Amino acid sequence: MLRLRTLLLALAGAIALSGCQYHVLSPQGWVGDQQRNLLIISTLLMLIVIIPVLVMSVYFPLKYRADREDTSDYDPTFEHSNKIEVAIWGVPILIIVALGWFTYVYTHRLDPYRPLDHLEAGDPIEVQAVSLDWKWLFIYPEFGVASVNELAIPAGRPVNFSLTSSTVMNTLSIPALGGMVYSMTGMETKLHLIADETGTFPGRSAHYSGPGFSHMTFDTLSMTDEDFNAWVAEIKADGPTLDRASYLELEKPTIDEPVHSYASVEEGLFRRIVEMCVEDGKVCMGHMMMQDEMGGGGLEGIPHAEAYSYDRARTIDGFGNLIDLPEVEVKAFHEAFWNDPDAICRPDFVFAEKKSNG
Amino acid sequence: MANAQPAETFSPIFGRLTFEWIPIHEPILVATFAGVALGGLAVLALMTYFKLWGPLWRDWIVSVDHKKIGIMYMVLGFVMMIRGFADALMMRAQQAMAAGGSEGWLPPHHYDQVFTAHGVIMIFFVAMPFVTGIMNYVMPMQIGARDVAFPFLNNFSFWMTVSGALLVNISLFIGEFARVGWLAFPPLSGSSYSTGPGMDYYLWALQIAGVGTTLSGINLIATVLKMRAPGMKLMDMPIFTWTALITNVLIVAAFPVLTATLALLTLDRYADFHFFTNDFGGNAMMYINLIWIWGHPEVYILIIPCFGVFSEIVSTFSRKPIFGYKTMVWATACIMVLSFVVWLHHFFTMGSGASVNTFFGITTMIIAVPTGVKIFNWLFTMYKGSVRLEVPMLWTIGFLVTFTIGGMTGVLLAVPPVDFQLHNTLFLIAHFHNVIIGGVVFAVYAAVSYWWPKAFGFQMSDKWGKRSFWFWFIGFYVAFMPLYALGLMGVTRRMNSYVDAGWQPYFIIAACGAVLILLGIACTFMNFYVSIRDRKKNLVGGDPWDARTLEWATQSPPAPYNFPFDLEVKGREAFWTMKQQGFKWPTENYKPIHMPKGTATGVVLSAIAMIFGFAMVWYIWWLAILSFAAMVGIGIAHTFNYKRDYYIPVDEVAATEAKGAAV
Repeated sequence: MLRLRTLLLALAGAIALSGCQYHVLSPQGWVGDQQRNLLIISTLLMLIVIIPVLVMSVYFPLKYRADREDTSDYDPTFEHSNKIEVAIWGVPILIIVALGWFTYVYTHRLDPYRPLDHLEAGDPIEVQAVSLDWKWLFIYPEFGVASVNELAIPAGRPVNFSLTSSTVMNTLSIPALGGMVYSMTGMETKLHLIADETGTFPGRSAHYSGPGFSHMTFDTLSMTDEDFNAWVAEIKADGPTLDRASYLELEKPTIDEPVHSYASVEEGLFRRIVEMCVEDGKVCMGHMMMQDEMGGGGLEGIPHAEAYSYDRARTIDGFGNLIDLPEVEVKAFHEAFWNDPDAICRPDFVFAEKKSNG
Repeated sequence: MANAQPAETFSPIFGRLTFEWIPIHEPILVATFAGVALGGLAVLALMTYFKLWGPLWRDWIVSVDHKKIGIMYMVLGFVMMIRGFADALMMRAQQAMAAGGSEGWLPPHHYDQVFTAHGVIMIFFVAMPFVTGIMNYVMPMQIGARDVAFPFLNNFSFWMTVSGALLVNISLFIGEFARVGWLAFPPLSGSSYSTGPGMDYYLWALQIAGVGTTLSGINLIATVLKMRAPGMKLMDMPIFTWTALITNVLIVAAFPVLTATLALLTLDRYADFHFFTNDFGGNAMMYINLIWIWGHPEVYILIIPCFGVFSEIVSTFSRKPIFGYKTMVWATACIMVLSFVVWLHHFFTMGSGASVNTFFGITTMIIAVPTGVKIFNWLFTMYKGSVRLEVPMLWTIGFLVTFTIGGMTGVLLAVPPVDFQLHNTLFLIAHFHNVIIGGVVFAVYAAVSYWWPKAFGFQMSDKWGKRSFWFWFIGFYVAFMPLYALGLMGVTRRMNSYVDAGWQPYFIIAACGAVLILLGIACTFMNFYVSIRDRKKNLVGGDPWDARTLEWATQSPPAPYNFPFDLEVKGREAFWTMKQQGFKWPTENYKPIHMPKGTATGVVLSAIAMIFGFAMVWYIWWLAILSFAAMVGIGIAHTFNYKRDYYIPVDEVAATEAKGAAV
C-alpha cells in the first residue's frame, strides 16, 4: 500500500515538475486568449446542466434502490409529467440559446480570415507558409527572405499568414498563439495570429500527412522588433537564394530537416507554389480555370495533359522515398489512339513512355 | 528513410503480388502470424475431434435465423475487438516510450498502419457488428415476429461483413494496410501518396462490408414496418425497436454516400480519374465533405441503438415504464434529422467563412438538446422507481456519467473558435472515445449481460460481470483523462514520436489505463468461460429479469419460431400487460409454423466477394473478372431456388414447448 502511494506521489511530482505548458489554457496572444475565454464560458454554461445530471445519475439509483427500507415512494405509474418535460426541454434550450449567441459573436470575431487591424497593435507582417514533405517553409515577402522549420515573428505585431501546401493537407498550428487552419495544395488559406510576449513557442503540423509527420515541427521565435530586424538582417547577409530550382530541390521529401534559411526569394514564387506551376512547362491553376471556363481543351487538349500533371512526379512509397516513375508520353499515346482506337484493347499494346531524366 | 517498399512489378498471373510483400522481416508480424496460426490450428483440431463441423455448418453458417445471425455478429465483434484493442495497446506503448528523441518500438511505417487499422476495425468491424447484432437478435422478437423480413438477405449481409473483416486481417500478413487515418483523406490516400496495396485493402474491405451494412439496413426497416404483431402501432413499439428503426433509416440514407465516395476514390486510384487529386482540377475538399456527410450520421448509427438498449434496461431494472415515451421517440427522430446537417463541424479549420462555421456550430449544439432530454428521461425513469443494481444497470449508470462528460466536451468542440485550438489534438481523441466507449461499448456490455440469459437460457456470472465493469470504467478514465490534459497543451493526434519529454508522464498514465481496460476485457472473456462452465447451476426461465417487452415472452433460449402462436398486441409494454393479466401460453391446438429455410448462397457469395476484393487489391485481373462473374452467376442462380421455406410440424412445436415449460 505504502509503495503504491509512493508511486502515485512520484507520478504526481513528475507531472508537476514536467513544466508542461497548457498552451490552450494559458496562451501568449490575443487570439488564443479569446479562444480560451470562450472555452471557459462554454464550459461554465454547460456545467449548469451537467452537474445536476451527474449528481442525479448517481443519487437516483442509490436513493431508489429496490432494497431500500421504505418503499412507499415507489410509483410504477409515474411515467409522464408536463412540468418535468418543460424543464428538461426548456433548460437545455435556454443554455444552447446562450451558447449559440456566444458562438455567433466569437466565431465572427475570431474568424481566422479576419485581419487583426482592430487591435491596437503594431503594423502587421506577412508570412507565406508552405507545408512541404515534411517540413515548413516560411517566406517573408516584405523582406525577401525565407526560413525552413523556424518561424521568427515580432511580438506585438499581427502576423498575416498565407498558407498553402506542396503535396498533401497539413495544418499550421501554434497552440500558444491561437487556433489552426489547413494548408492545402493548389489553394491558399489565411490565418491571422499575434504574439503578445516574446518567447519560444512550439509549432507543428496538426494534420497527419505521411511518414515524416511527427517531425514536422518548428519553433516560433517571438522577438522584439530590434531582435527581429537583426534576425532578418543576419539571414539576408549570407545564404542561398530560394528560386524555382532550389524550391523544387527543397520540396523533395525529407524527414527531420534541420533549420536553415534563404537570403533572397524569387519574386512571385509563392504565387507559383499555390498555382502548382513552379516547374517549367506546367500550366498555372489560374490559367487552367480560365481555359475550363472557356470550354476546356477538348480532345485536342489530351496531348498537352503533361502540362497539367502534378502529383505523378511527386509519387512516394510507404517510407517517404520518391518513386521515379517514367514520364508518360501523352502525345505518342494520343496519336496511337487516334490512328487506331482499338489498339489499347489488344494484349500486345505498349503504353508509350519515356524515361524521365530527373 | 533507410527502408523502401518492394518495387512495383506486374505479372499476368499474380498481378503485383510478389514474395517481397510477405512481411517475414517484421518480427512483430511473424510472431502474430505464428500465434494466429497455432491458435487457428488448435481450434480446427478441437472442432474436428468433437465433430463440430457439421453442426457448425448446418446450425450456424447457413442459418437464416435472426437469432443465430445476431449471435454471430456479436462473436465477430468480440473477435475483431481483440485485434482492434491489440492495435490500441501498441499505440499506447509507442507513445509512452517515444519521447525526447527516442523513436519507440514502432517505426512510422508500422505505427501509421496501426492507428489506421485501429480506427477502421473499431468502427466498421467492432461497433457496427455489435449494434447490428443486437438489433438483429432483439428487435424481431420485440415486435412479435418470427424472423426478419428477408431472412436470406440477413445471412448474406452478415457474411459480407465477415468478408470485409477478413480482408483487413489478410492485409496483416500479405502486403500492408493503409497509412492514412481511418477516413483516408486524399490527396494522401490517392495513388501518388499512398502507393502499394494498403489503401486498396482499405477500399475493398469497406466496400464489401458496406454492401452488407446497407442491405441489413433495408432488411431491418422492412421488418419493423411490415412484420409487427397485429395490433402493435408504431407508437406502441418498445423504445429499442424505435431506435433500431431510426438507426436503419440512417444507415440506408448515409451508407450509399460512403459507397459512392469510396467508389470515386477507387476510380482515382485505379483508373486515373481526378476527382480528389491535386492536378487536373481535382479537389480533395470535396472528399472531406462527402465522407463526413456519411461520417457524422455514422456515429449516430452507432449510438442510437445503444440509447435503445439503455432505455430497455433502465425501465426493466427500475420496474417502471420509460419516462416520457413520446418525447423519447421524438428526441430520437430529431437526432436522426439533425445528424445530417452538422457534418462541417469536422473541419471548421478548413477555411469556411464565419457564417458557415456559426451555422454548423449551432446545429451541432442543438443536437445536445434532444440528447439531454433522453438522459433526463432515463434519470426520471429511475426516479420513484425500484432500482435493482444488477450488472446491466451498473453499465447504465456508468454510461450516464461518462456519456454526459463526453457530451460536454463534444459541445465544446462544436464551438468553432474553441475547435480551432482543439481540432486534431488529443482532446478530440479523448472526446470521441469518451462517447464511443462510454456510449457504445458500455451499451454493448450492458446488452450482452441483459439479453445473455434470453439467448442461452442461463445467467452470466455476477462476480466477473462486476469486475469487468469496474476495470472498464476506471480504466477508461485513467486512459483518457490524460489525453484531455494533453489536448489542452496542444498535443496533436497520430504522432509517432515527440520531443517534449514533459508529455511523457501523461502518456504513461494513459498506457496504464489501457492495461486496466485490457483487464476489463480479460474479465469479460473469463465471464464467458465461467458462465458457460457453470451453466447448469444458473438456468433461468423465459423472463429472468421480470421485464416488460415481448422478447421475454419466449422461452430461453427462444425456439426457432420464437412464439408458438401468433400474438395480438394492445398498447405499449405488451409483455408487462400480458403478465398483469396472468398470461400463459396455451399448451394445445398448435398449428404448423411456416419458417424460412437456410441456404449456403450467402456464405458462398461472400467468400467469392472476398476473393474478388483480394484480386482487385493485387491487380490480379483474371481472378477479379472470374470471381465477379461467379458472383453474378450464383446470385442469378439463387433466384431459381424455390425451396426456401418449410413447416415446423405440430408435434415438434408441442415437444419444444413442453421442454421449455419444464425449465
